[in-house]
Amino acid sequence: MLGFIIQRFLQAVGVMAVMSVIVFCGVYAIGNPIDIVIPPEATQEIREEVIRRLGLDLPLYKQYFIFMGNLLQGDLGRSFIYNVPVLELIGGRMPATLELVLISVISATVLGVSLGIYAGYRPDSWISKAIMAISVLGFSVPSFWVGLILILFFAVKLGWLPAGGRGDTLEIWGVAWSFPTLNGLSHIVLPALNLALFKLAMMIRLARAGTREIMLTDTIKFARAAGLSEGTILRRHLLKLISIPIITVFGLELGSTLAFAVVTETIFSWPGVGKLIIDSIAVLDRPVMVAYLILVAFLFVTINFVIDLVFALIDPRVRAGAVK
Amino acid sequence: MKNKSTPLRRFWVEYRENKIAVVAMFFLVALILLAIFAGFVSPQNPYDLANLSLMDSRRPPGFVGTGGYTHILGTDPQGRDLLSAIFYGLRISIIIGLAAGFVSLTLGTALGITAAYVGGRVESLIMRLIDLQLSFPAILLALVIVALLGQGKVQLISALVAAQYAYFARTAYGAAKAERGKDYIEAALATPLSGRLVVWRHLLPNCTPPLIVVATVQIANAISLEATLSFLGLGLPVTEPSLGMLISNGFPYMMSGRYWISVYPGVALIVLIVAINIVGDQVRDQFNPRLRK
Repeated sequence: MLGFIIQRFLQAVGVMAVMSVIVFCGVYAIGNPIDIVIPPEATQEIREEVIRRLGLDLPLYKQYFIFMGNLLQGDLGRSFIYNVPVLELIGGRMPATLELVLISVISATVLGVSLGIYAGYRPDSWISKAIMAISVLGFSVPSFWVGLILILFFAVKLGWLPAGGRGDTLEIWGVAWSFPTLNGLSHIVLPALNLALFKLAMMIRLARAGTREIMLTDTIKFARAAGLSEGTILRRHLLKLISIPIITVFGLELGSTLAFAVVTETIFSWPGVGKLIIDSIAVLDRPVMVAYLILVAFLFVTINFVIDLVFALIDPRVRAGAVK
Repeated sequence: MKNKSTPLRRFWVEYRENKIAVVAMFFLVALILLAIFAGFVSPQNPYDLANLSLMDSRRPPGFVGTGGYTHILGTDPQGRDLLSAIFYGLRISIIIGLAAGFVSLTLGTALGITAAYVGGRVESLIMRLIDLQLSFPAILLALVIVALLGQGKVQLISALVAAQYAYFARTAYGAAKAERGKDYIEAALATPLSGRLVVWRHLLPNCTPPLIVVATVQIANAISLEATLSFLGLGLPVTEPSLGMLISNGFPYMMSGRYWISVYPGVALIVLIVAINIVGDQVRDQFNPRLRK
């Protein structure tokens, strides 16, 4: 078991190292930040001074090593535009994104699994067909378009909910959150719904497929023969049996929702990390882009690592098979 | 077409049973025809700046503009007739989707089949790379690549391909790996046929059904992803708007109730994507031997 953990850990570190090189080189190739940071009327001396201070005169590999050295000490550089440490910039935007992502993923999972179990349990009822129609729509309709329609309908036509921004926030341990205030909560509803729709569709499909398969197995037959009520069978046995793929997808989706938040945050002017990265791409703020991508890569590698570990704990076959 | 048992005919007979899929196919064909003949059916050439008048901009549906004809769906902020812009936008969206789909199909299949056929180090190297990429969200990858390469058709298609080829590779690998172990491939390899011939004549044709299914879904995804990127301002240049760009152009005006600029191109986009997905689903069900009656 220890060998397996070490092997997977080394793999994860290797992947991170490769990712950091790719991201760094990739982002280095974009435009020339010098023209953006330095005003055109600056003298030659000032230009050279700024280029030296930002480390842009060094060869690429030296910039990378300086970057990695700083990274390992928790320093991801300074934003060219805002002139504050990147980590501070991203950290300041993180709570907004986190609350949005968590609210939508959790509500999508709870709702999606319940609807999916129903649709799998009674596949022929018209409610199940309606549920499946929702899931097909959730899969095919682009999420930015759903966002627009939500704004048009609930904010412009009906005027029930605000169309953008975070609303009032409440500070808890020095971090501003929107969800504890009523006004803030009303600002979250639409973006969270927008972000949750795709996950909802996915959870419905997963839960439905799992339910249909497991309802036919001997486990359920014997549970019925033992005289358990249908409700107990669904809660105690079925839910447990379909939970493994759902937990995996939940973990993976947490990461990809964070990435998808880029779109939702742009539509609803939600001041999170996703909006920051789009703005940074527009002005070629290289340190912010590199830092964001490396953080996302790190997040994904960590999630995959944790999922592997959980699987190894649950399933001995993975442990044995993985040590090739 | 008198021969009743051509594969295409049998396919169509089975396809016809699903009424929803038939409707979807009808819409899909109609949209593709509109896109191909955009130049003939639209009242205006939306790319010709001489045709556009700012006097006509942001007019509601039914407005009779300076051109003397009725703008059935209204006009956009540049004074383009929205109906014409949608036809031309459809064309661009479909071309981009098809191009990205075919390039990813070719690249992904080549990688997947190579990995399955050659095996060993090459296999584990290719598949590790693919798995690594699949764990990364496609939208983010496309976003970064578009940001890296800048705006333009070729750049956009490259970004979509980079975001999508891995799905084809995974599918082709799975199919080829299963076929590779079967007796007929072993038998073909035992004859003096060259390995390349076996791959082309025997392995590849038997891997196509799952690839066709993935291709339909991925073309729809490519169109959707292109629209999303354009909406975020990272897609094609403004002069030749795709559907996503048209939607994006109308977004700022939605708050003031001028909904049509965003809504109608969006409806066209969604009908297109949903139609492709439904047709794709039906084709998948028909290719799946387990669901065969």
